[in-house]
Amino acid sequence: MNTVPYLGEAQATASHLGLVDAATLTLVLVIVTALAFDFTNGFHDTGNAMATSIATGALKPKVAVALSAVLNLVGAFLSVEVALTITNAVVNLQDESGAPKAELLADGGQALLLIILAGLVGGIVWNLFTWLYGLPSSSSHALLGGLVGSTMAGLGFGGVKWTGDGTKLDGVVGKILLPAVISPVIALLVAAVGTWLIFRITRSVAERYQQHGFRVGQVGSASLVSLAHGTNDAQKTMGVMTLALIAAGRWTDTEAVPFWVKVSAATAIALGTWLGGWRIIRTLGKGLIEISPAQGMAAESSSAAVILSSSHLGFALSTTHVATGSILGSGVGRRAPVRWNVAGRMVAAWAITLPSAGLVGALMWFVGNSIGGAMGAVVIFAILVALSTWMWMRSRRAPIGAHNVNDAWEGTPSSSPSSTRSRDSVH
Amino acid sequence: MHNVIFAVEGALRVLLVGLLFGAGLPAVFALGVRALAYGEGGGTEINSQAPHLLGKVLAYLAFAVVVGGVLLGLTVIVASGLGKELTFDGGVPTFVDE
Repeated sequence: MNTVPYLGEAQATASHLGLVDAATLTLVLVIVTALAFDFTNGFHDTGNAMATSIATGALKPKVAVALSAVLNLVGAFLSVEVALTITNAVVNLQDESGAPKAELLADGGQALLLIILAGLVGGIVWNLFTWLYGLPSSSSHALLGGLVGSTMAGLGFGGVKWTGDGTKLDGVVGKILLPAVISPVIALLVAAVGTWLIFRITRSVAERYQQHGFRVGQVGSASLVSLAHGTNDAQKTMGVMTLALIAAGRWTDTEAVPFWVKVSAATAIALGTWLGGWRIIRTLGKGLIEISPAQGMAAESSSAAVILSSSHLGFALSTTHVATGSILGSGVGRRAPVRWNVAGRMVAAWAITLPSAGLVGALMWFVGNSIGGAMGAVVIFAILVALSTWMWMRSRRAPIGAHNVNDAWEGTPSSSPSSTRSRDSVH
Repeated sequence: MHNVIFAVEGALRVLLVGLLFGAGLPAVFALGVRALAYGEGGGTEINSQAPHLLGKVLAYLAFAVVVGGVLLGLTVIVASGLGKELTFDGGVPTFVDE
């Protein structure tokens, strides 16, 4: 899946064989790491679409993640548009067309490849860390944060685009910070209004009858969120992979993504989604509110509408922030008790995602750069493997999976009005 | 500072569209559920018992509106994936290149 097609030109033009080997090895590590990030992106975000359907029992846990995986796969293939300029919003690595800047291409692109690799490692490490603690933080922020950190380390403060040129919403402030503050509030408002309307309209309908109808609606709206996620997020990895290939001289077209890149990125995000980030699903589905099918439908409809309309209107936002805002809103709209302490932990995680991933990205760049060449890349890849293994081992101490994802959440509110099927899904 | 202005502009538009589709369609769906309960009668509602044909007709009308909204959402996803944009000039959905 990760084989790099041999195009020949780079090999032929490079005079030092050793140099090409170093760049090739680094490139392979970048591709593998990008796919690994895509995989974490998948399981980190499964809950955004499916947590509510799992919590209300509209779908069995394993059916939900499988459905979400298939829709992510389909969504990834639906995105024909080239996402090569995805990183352009926050870092100055590329020109307008998406081609890497010439000064970064000396040494067979080694300088740029190291920045990308260090950034990706920053994104993965932060994604795994937040997953370990069951915190739904933004995968896009982790990726862009990692790249911002490694770019700052590699190129200095000026390598980062902080505010853009004033003609549009741009830079770290415009593409990341402001949407992160605003989007959960929008989603919360929409879901609260939706929930309030639904409960007002159907208060004369028998409880059991309502539940059936809203479960159907909930699955439909959650599916839409999964599909939109596939189109948005898989594209980011495809863009980063293609940028690396261009940097290494293995690809020249800034208008297209190699087909194998598309297939591998789509597969990685789908497999990640299928694995299911159960720790995060549990926090979103059970940790914030006790959710009913009607609230689940209101939350997912709000998420779908906000995500789709914002990508349509060019307002970049994080699926995770929207999904969390929507779930909170569906609690507020019903005047149901909300565990604001859990929500507060999430917001804290969001606030530190960008700097934390950036810090790891910067550290990785310094380590890789001080060792130098392909060896530097190998060492930071090894650090990534070691940290990932350690966090996975930690997670096994208190495993969360399909069997216990719906167990009652300790702490108030303790009453569980609608979701009592916590134990019947043991496989 | 320009970013704040652009962000507020963008946010207001997303909020309006979000309320229309994200809260409006679920409300229509809820109307459908209520109408269907009224249509089927017999314990589906807390008070009423007799089935009503009108309820069923209204229910399916409501569900059709919701399905239409979902199809519109799907169109937006597919269109943006293909590098096109869906515009509503004159109220008619049209594809244009982004």
